[in-house]
Amino acid sequence: MTGKNYLTDDYRLGSWFTTTDHKRIAILYFATLIFFFFIGGVAATLIRIELATPGPDVVSADTYNRLFTMHGIIMVWFFLIPSIPNTLGNFIVPLMIGARDLAFPRLNLASWYLFVLGGSVTLFAIFMGGIDTGWTLYTPFSTLYSNSYVSVAVTGIFIAGFSSILTGLNFIVTIHKLRAPGLTWYRLPLFIWSLYATSVILVLATPVLAITLVLLTAERLFGVGIFDPRIGGDPLLFQHLFWFYSHPAVYIMILPGMGVVNELIACYARKKIFGYKFVAWASLAIAAAGFLVWGHHMFVSGQSLTASLVFSFMSFIVAVPSAIKVFNWTATLHKGKIRFDAPMLYALAFIGLFTIGGLTGLFLACLAFDVYATDTYFVVAHFHYIMVGGMVTAYFGGLHYWWPKITGRMYPEYWARAAAILIFFGFNLTFFPQFVLGAEGMPRRYHVYAPEFQIWNVLSSGGASVLAIAYLLPMFYLAYSLFFGARAPANPWGATGLEWQTSSPPPRLNFDRQPVVDGDPYDYAHAPEPQHV
Amino acid sequence: MSDSQDIAEHLATSAQRDEVLELGMWTFLSTEVLLFGGLILSYFVYRHADPQAFLAAGRETRIVIGTVNTALLLTSSFCVAAALQAAEQGARRATRTLLGIAILLGLGFLGLKGVEYLGEYREHLVPGVNFARTGQDAHGIELFFIFYFIATLLHGVHVVAGIGVLAVFAAMATATTARSRYIAGLRTAALYWHFVDLVWIFLFALIYLPGRSS
Repeated sequence: MTGKNYLTDDYRLGSWFTTTDHKRIAILYFATLIFFFFIGGVAATLIRIELATPGPDVVSADTYNRLFTMHGIIMVWFFLIPSIPNTLGNFIVPLMIGARDLAFPRLNLASWYLFVLGGSVTLFAIFMGGIDTGWTLYTPFSTLYSNSYVSVAVTGIFIAGFSSILTGLNFIVTIHKLRAPGLTWYRLPLFIWSLYATSVILVLATPVLAITLVLLTAERLFGVGIFDPRIGGDPLLFQHLFWFYSHPAVYIMILPGMGVVNELIACYARKKIFGYKFVAWASLAIAAAGFLVWGHHMFVSGQSLTASLVFSFMSFIVAVPSAIKVFNWTATLHKGKIRFDAPMLYALAFIGLFTIGGLTGLFLACLAFDVYATDTYFVVAHFHYIMVGGMVTAYFGGLHYWWPKITGRMYPEYWARAAAILIFFGFNLTFFPQFVLGAEGMPRRYHVYAPEFQIWNVLSSGGASVLAIAYLLPMFYLAYSLFFGARAPANPWGATGLEWQTSSPPPRLNFDRQPVVDGDPYDYAHAPEPQHV
Repeated sequence: MSDSQDIAEHLATSAQRDEVLELGMWTFLSTEVLLFGGLILSYFVYRHADPQAFLAAGRETRIVIGTVNTALLLTSSFCVAAALQAAEQGARRATRTLLGIAILLGLGFLGLKGVEYLGEYREHLVPGVNFARTGQDAHGIELFFIFYFIATLLHGVHVVAGIGVLAVFAAMATATTARSRYIAGLRTAALYWHFVDLVWIFLFALIYLPGRSS
C-alpha cells in the first residue's frame, strides 16, 4: 500500500466523531443503521412469533400494538429512508461525480448528529413504554385517546426529519455544482439521477411532515383541537398532510434502490443501460407524480368520489415510469454477457420482487378492489415487496458491490451468493402467504386471528426465520472479510464510473488528481476486464 | 488580496464556493416554503369551512401593531440589502451600521409581538391556556387563534435565528481578511432574511386583514 487512505488517515477515535469526510460519515451512518435495523428486526420477530398461532400466546393486544408501531417507526424513519442515501449515497456520490466531498461537509456531519439525537429520543419513547398508534399516527386517536408516549416519539421523528432535509439539500447542491469537468448531466451514472430525484422529495416533502407533527404535538400537549371535530377541526386533514409527505416518502424508499440496480445490471451484463435518458427522466417523473397520489391511502376515509377517482388515475400514471425502468433493465440484460456474481443476484431479485410489489400496487389503485383490501394483509404484503423485497435487497446488492471500494477488502463470493439466494427464498416465503391472507380477508394490526388463517401464518413465520438468518449471514462474512479478506484492487469488477478509478479504499480527498470525463457512462465495450475470479 | 485561504479544501474556486452557498440557501428556502405551506394550507381549509368565524377572529387582532411590525421588517430587509451593497463596495463601517439597524428593527418586531401576545392573553384569546369565547363563532375563532399562535411563533423562531445570523455578520463586518467569503456569506444571510420578511407579508394578510373591509 502506498500512502494513507481515508481509514488510516487518523487513527484516533475522536477523529471519527469530528470528521467532515463524507466517507467516514457514511461509515457512521452504516453503524447507526445496523443498530436500528436490529431493533426493528427484533420487533418484527416478536410479531411473527405471536402470529404463529391464532390465539394470544406471547404478548397482550396492547403490547402487540406497541410492537408493530415500533417496527414501523424504526424501519421507516430510522432505517429505510436513510438507508441507501445516507450510507452508500454519502460514500459514493462525491466519488461518482469526481468531487472531493459533498458541498457542505460540516452540514453532513451535523445531519448525522441530528439523526442520532432523533433516534435516541424515539428509542427513549419506546423504552419508556412505547407508542400504540401505528406508524401512521392517525388522529384523533393519537391526539385525544392514546395514553402512550406519542409526543416524545413524534419529537424524535421531527428531529430526524431535519437530518433528511439537510442530506437532500447537500446532495442537490453537490450534484449541481461539484461535478468533474466534462461530466454533463447525461453523462452522470443513473445512481446520481435517482438520488437527485430522492433529494428533491426529501427537501420538499419532509417539511410538510414536520409541520404536521408540530400541529399534532400542539394538540396533544395544549389540548387545542386542531384535528378535533368537537371544535370544528378535521381529523381527515391530518391524513391529507401526513400522506402528502408519506406517499412521496415511499419513493424515497425505492428510488435509491432503483439507482443501485442500474449500476449492478450494467456492470454484470457488461452493457450500456438500455434507454439511458428514459431511465434518468423516469426517476424525476416518479418524484413529481409521487406528490399527486397521496389520496390513494384514503379511499375509505370518506373523501369525495371525485377525489378518489383522480387519485386512482394518478396512481396508475405513476406506475408508468416505474414500468419503463423495469422494461429497460430487462432490455439491458438481453444479449448481455451476464455474470451471476452476488450483487447481480440481488439486482435480479430486486427486479422480480419490485415487479410483484408494483403490480399489486396497481390492484390497490383500483377503487373497488382497494375497498375490499384496505387494512388487510394484502396491503402489508404489497408494501413489504417494495420496501423490503425492493429497497433492502438493493441495499444489500449495493453494499456488496461497493464493499471492496469502501473497505479495501474482498468478501467471500460463495457465502455472498448463498446469502443472496437465501434472502430471496426467505423473503418470498415470508410475504407471499400474506397476499393470500389478505385476499382471504385477514385484517392487519391484530394479534389474534381466525384458525383457518393459521397455515399461511405459519408459512410466513417460518419464512421470517429463514429471512432473519439470511440477513445475519452477511454480518458474519463481511466482518470476516474486514480482517481476512483479500486486498481489493481499484476496480475488481471491471466497472465503469469514476469511483472505480481511485484506489480502494480511496484517499481522504478521493482522487490524487482531478478526474476529467470525456464520454458516456456505462461504456462497457471499453471497460477493463473483471479482476475478481 | 488572495482568495486561496478562504476556500474549503473540497472546493476549487471562490466562484464555486459562492455558487454552492447560494444554491444551498435557495434549496433551504424551498424546504421552508413547504414548512409554512403546510400550515397555511390548513388555515385555508378551516377558513373555507367556517368563513364567518375567521372574519370575526380577524377583527380581534391588533392591526396597528401588525402594520407597524410589517413596516419594521420591510425596513430591516432594506437595511440588509443596503449592507450587502456597502460590503461589496468595501464600506465596512457602513455595513456594520446598516446591519446594526436591521438587528434593532428585528428586535423591535419581537418586542411588539410580545406586547401583542400579552394583550391577547389578557383578552382570553390563547387556546389551550385561557381561551374563553362563547357564541356560535367561538370554535372557529379558537381555530383561527391556534393557527395565529403556531404561525407567528414559528415565524418568530425564524426572526430570532435571523437576528443571530445578522449579529455574526455585523461583528465580522470590519474584519480585513477573507472579504470575498464574507460577502458571499452575507449574500446568503440576506436571502434568508428577505425570506423571513416575505413569510411575514403572507401572514400579515392572513391574520390581520380578514373582516376589515366592512
